[in-house]
Amino acid sequence: MTFSRRSAFGVGTAGALALVATAVTPAAAEWKPVKPVEFVVMAGQGGGADKLARFIQSIIEKNKFADVPFIPINKGGGSGADALRYLKDNAGNDHVIMATLNSYYTTPLRNPGIGVNINEFTPIARLAEDTFVLWVNANSDIKTVEDYIKVVKEKGTGWKMGGTGTGQEDSLVTAMLEKAYGLKMTYVPFKGGGDVAVNLVGQHVDSTVNNPSEAIGFFEAGKVRPLASLTREPITELKDVPTFKSLGQDLVYRMQRSVVAPGGIKPEVADYYKSIFEKVFASTEWKDYCKKNALQCAWLSGDDLKKYFDEEEAKHAALLKEMGEIK
Amino acid sequence: MMEIFSHLIDGFGIAFQPFNLGMMVLGCLLGLFIGAMPGLGSVNGVAILLPITFFVPPTAAIIFLAAIYYGSMYGGAISSIMLGIPGASTAVATTFDGRPMALQGKADFALVAAAVASFVGGTISIILFTLFAPPLADFALRFGPQETFALMVLAFATFVGLGGDDIPKTIFMILLGLVLSTVGLDTISGRPRLIFFDLQGFYKGISFIVLAIGIYGIGEMLWTLETSRGKVEIISHRFTWQRLKAALGEVKTAWKTMSFSSLLGYFVGVLPAAGATPAALMAYGLTKSFSDTPEKFGKGEISGVAAPEAANNAASTGSMLPMMTLGIPGSPTTAILLGGMVIWGLTPGPLLFLQQSEFVWGLTASLYAANFVTLILNLALIPLFVWVLRMPFMILAPLIFVLCFVGSYAPDTRMFDPWLVLLFGFVGYVMRKLDYPLAPLVLAIVLGPLAEDSFRQTMIADLGDWTVFFTRPLSGIIMAFAVLLFAAPLLKGVRRRKAAADKT
Repeated sequence: MTFSRRSAFGVGTAGALALVATAVTPAAAEWKPVKPVEFVVMAGQGGGADKLARFIQSIIEKNKFADVPFIPINKGGGSGADALRYLKDNAGNDHVIMATLNSYYTTPLRNPGIGVNINEFTPIARLAEDTFVLWVNANSDIKTVEDYIKVVKEKGTGWKMGGTGTGQEDSLVTAMLEKAYGLKMTYVPFKGGGDVAVNLVGQHVDSTVNNPSEAIGFFEAGKVRPLASLTREPITELKDVPTFKSLGQDLVYRMQRSVVAPGGIKPEVADYYKSIFEKVFASTEWKDYCKKNALQCAWLSGDDLKKYFDEEEAKHAALLKEMGEIK
Repeated sequence: MMEIFSHLIDGFGIAFQPFNLGMMVLGCLLGLFIGAMPGLGSVNGVAILLPITFFVPPTAAIIFLAAIYYGSMYGGAISSIMLGIPGASTAVATTFDGRPMALQGKADFALVAAAVASFVGGTISIILFTLFAPPLADFALRFGPQETFALMVLAFATFVGLGGDDIPKTIFMILLGLVLSTVGLDTISGRPRLIFFDLQGFYKGISFIVLAIGIYGIGEMLWTLETSRGKVEIISHRFTWQRLKAALGEVKTAWKTMSFSSLLGYFVGVLPAAGATPAALMAYGLTKSFSDTPEKFGKGEISGVAAPEAANNAASTGSMLPMMTLGIPGSPTTAILLGGMVIWGLTPGPLLFLQQSEFVWGLTASLYAANFVTLILNLALIPLFVWVLRMPFMILAPLIFVLCFVGSYAPDTRMFDPWLVLLFGFVGYVMRKLDYPLAPLVLAIVLGPLAEDSFRQTMIADLGDWTVFFTRPLSGIIMAFAVLLFAAPLLKGVRRRKAAADKT
């Protein structure tokens, strides 16, 4: 036992020396985690964000990108309020990072009581943006956005749009749709995107704005029909589905999939995590996942990411104000 | 039909490959211990062990994880019976009668009942799964919010319409549970509700496992200490072949309960919104209301252990059905399994049965086998559990207190929950002294959020028209049953009074 540990130490030291010798900027390679890293998830077990975090964990472990395990910890309470507060209370802790969704902006805005200012956190990397698509049941006569607008105008509040909780992404997208086309429908909130998709297939709601990852299984089985996507460019996996932009309405909404660290950590710690996620982003597993789930995988980090967060936060504040969710 | 059998035989060929078989036995054993550990349930077990599966083929991986899921369903009953702390959320209802049985020196009988009922539940449900997966998945889709709410009303009705308990006290406890279930952020509006004293911890809501550990673990323990002055000897004898035979004989009398609960559990498990915990509670309630001796429930009735255990195992198989056929999880654990399937490169959903038949049938066959393995492991381990219970109570009691705190801290890793456990422990103790039934409180905090969400979704979707609950065919039928159950105690009371009048 002593022998093997010592030899492992020896190999480690040799490796570190080799790294130092070859590295052009020695500062970047200096910090390494000494214990398992807590990978906080802003949502409960089994949701989209959780699945993604566990997928990232698997990429890191499978390819041995890190010497220590990254352990997903779910703190989904209060639309992520729990997780945000946890990150704030862990300022300066080098062994905590967090996977974010758009509740990263909306939860602090809607619950100022939790006392979280996201500008205090350290942005690490944005790995992808999830997209939104307008779906109807495949049995419906509605084939185009034009049909959709006509029918919804006729039915008015008799038209049921299913989505996640009020104030979350789906309800924001619905509000955008209503405003753009002058519609007024009834929004029915469900617990998660999976529930929403099933209620569309079971015809308990009339349309949804699911992420492709939530509806793609039903789409492949011919149970649901996409009408248009809220993206800048058409989604390659959904052939022949137009964007709202190409139909003359500037409706674009994305959900970020990023990683942040607590405030007050040293720059070399942030650099370490950045390097890990660079490797994740470059892996073939990640690329396949993006393709399969129609995620738009575009890398952002450093000041660009900070700027992106600021813009998105302002955009969400405006959206929430419009919906009457905040003053 | 023949096609199914040939698929199944192929499946057994896959499940019995030495590597897959080894993964299964290992999974069952791990699951048993994870389930038995308070605070660690199948959700945590599967989540923690998921990364291990990246290094084996998908079929072996799902067999391993499904075995953990299964094993923990069996294991949850162990601490519910022995320690009075629900080992897993799904085993909450098992404490209702399992704990009293243990205090009467019949812990081994309760453990045998739990193991056998789990086996029956698992086996019946896997047969249903094999024969009717696609039509059942279609049926599950017909369950909208209206039907879910009707089902919740039925569940509450079973608890009100019980003989034995004081009805006003039962209703009070249900209402208290419903109020507690609304604490935290509201799903529909996303706004905070009932954040007492502005404490951050309440944003997350009150987890029913915390409530259950408090009132059953701490509260009951205080009660036991008070009534016995510490001179409790839970079990004095060893577990022998004679005891096993006698126990099996007693379990056999509950065969109707077990088969009915299995069917119910499977069905509730298949529904997208529910899961094994509501299934077990409903099975308990229905068994009690149909029983000839409802007053014995909660005091150590063997059917009261058999019903929830059959139902939770059946439901765990049931919830795999929407996971595989629809790609939506019927329970938190299947949600993680679903995530696993994505990581292994499979797309759960309507096409899985066609595209990945080796995976589907290998899993199905392994579930048959996993049931046998867990039954045998369970029975074989009973002597060990009995030995633990023969420890002096003065040693056991502090151990149970420690487990209560560990168990409440583990799921969310925040100190707020152990404090709540302590609070609920004292409240539970007082309520116990005042003779308030505790089971309806637990039922209400589990089903409250489901009932509230589905009710409000219906009200929003149908623009405030409450008659839809009765006019939609499926929900109408369920509602009719619920009304009958509510009315049952009244009718019973009238009949009894009439009988008494006739006598004089």
